[in-house]
Amino acid sequence: MTRTHTDREYEAKLDELRQRLVAMAERVDGMVEASVRAVVTRDTALAEATIAIDREVDRCELECDELCLLVLARWQPMASDLRSITIALKMVTDLERIGDLAVNICERALQLNAQPAFEYETIPKMVVIVREMLGDAVRAFVDHDSELARTVLPRDDEVDEHYHTVFRALMQLMRDDPTLLDRGIHVQSVAKFLERIGDHATNLAEQAIFMAAGKDVRHLHKVPRT
Amino acid sequence: MTLATLAPGAARAAEPRPKFVTHQLEAWFGTNRVLKGIDMAIAEHQVTAIIGPSGCGKSTYIRCLNRMHEMVPSARIAGRVELDGQDVYGADIDPVLLRRKVGMVFQKPNPFPTMSIRDNVLAGMRLSRRKLAKSEAEGIVETALRGAALWEEVKDALKKPGMDLSGGQQQRLCIARSIAVEPDVLLMDEPCSALDPIATARIEDLLHELKKRYTIAIVTHNMQQAARVSDRTAFFLSGELVEMAATNTIFTSPSDQRTEDYITGKFG
Repeated sequence: MTRTHTDREYEAKLDELRQRLVAMAERVDGMVEASVRAVVTRDTALAEATIAIDREVDRCELECDELCLLVLARWQPMASDLRSITIALKMVTDLERIGDLAVNICERALQLNAQPAFEYETIPKMVVIVREMLGDAVRAFVDHDSELARTVLPRDDEVDEHYHTVFRALMQLMRDDPTLLDRGIHVQSVAKFLERIGDHATNLAEQAIFMAAGKDVRHLHKVPRT
Repeated sequence: MTLATLAPGAARAAEPRPKFVTHQLEAWFGTNRVLKGIDMAIAEHQVTAIIGPSGCGKSTYIRCLNRMHEMVPSARIAGRVELDGQDVYGADIDPVLLRRKVGMVFQKPNPFPTMSIRDNVLAGMRLSRRKLAKSEAEGIVETALRGAALWEEVKDALKKPGMDLSGGQQQRLCIARSIAVEPDVLLMDEPCSALDPIATARIEDLLHELKKRYTIAIVTHNMQQAARVSDRTAFFLSGELVEMAATNTIFTSPSDQRTEDYITGKFG
């Protein structure tokens, strides 16, 4: 049985923080989906509407930060609660950056939509993977499920692989037809932004592992632990 | 990996020598068994915090270390308590001498009410009936008061009653009294629970200095205090040692769910 905190106000604040994080993650996930759809379907209105949502994400970040500081100041959390708060502070930063990257994709959509259509074969595959990574990382945090979080980490390699495929294909296209240079660079940027979103989703998964298991798995290959 | 292992030098630090070791320590008040087989070590020149809910046996545990537990009628112990490898309940051990070596600071400051600050510091020496030359006594008073970070505040008022001091100063006077007899170990039973935050901060600051010379075990209900001052933390529950680990580990990633529940306030 999962115990609840004796102090009900404390319990309520921690619950509120979890809910705010989930709401922020859902909003950011929606932005990522919409941004790529705006590119693929050449939907300028959708791109503009998605850019406008970023203000809400920024507000979520500020509210979550404020709530974390309040909980730290008033309750001095310990153990999993302490991990939860410190990780939440990091998570909102990653989520906010994902929102910014979705905005960047939308800005490329606005550029691309003003030009002739282009083939985006691999981009939809990338967005499916990064959205799954994002969703699983946040679910792992909420459910304290380190095993689910660990499944996110190798998927980043998959995203990187797709990015390199896109990059190589675009280079070849642009070499063959220099008139595609402008559009090619925009599409390459979209792929790069998705690859960066994958990196942030990986960060979120690493944070979820620390939250759930108290294990810090960041930079393991560069900073070996004893 | 835990945050504890990320502390600078944590991986390289040599294992400290155990000062106190208890083996299957049990304690009773009458038929009430309040300690249930505690196997635990208190490391030399470290601060060991003992936390746990009221009635968990943490105060009883430290009172067994200097044989104060047996001063309560009907109280008894079983098991073994070793100080530097020697059984403190051995037939050849004088409990009074043991308590000089293992001093104690209590929850409520308890300077001797009729004594001056100076005489309070020297009380332990006098109880041992040792004659002190005046110059030697003055040296002991100054050293002990400096050690307790009280000298600067009272050096011009040594003849004033100890009771004239503030609560925080009285507690530091009690620490000075304890260290005047040059103990090896200081046991502290909630030493700050009657003090305001500033007086508490002074005691906590003092602990960092004191541990260079003494081994310290502190019982506290204040988990933030345990987190701030101690090197290792033990969690007691219903007379049992649930978990003992580096303080950073206990307060960031405890191993036992009962520890987690207690320190996150999900207990009871």
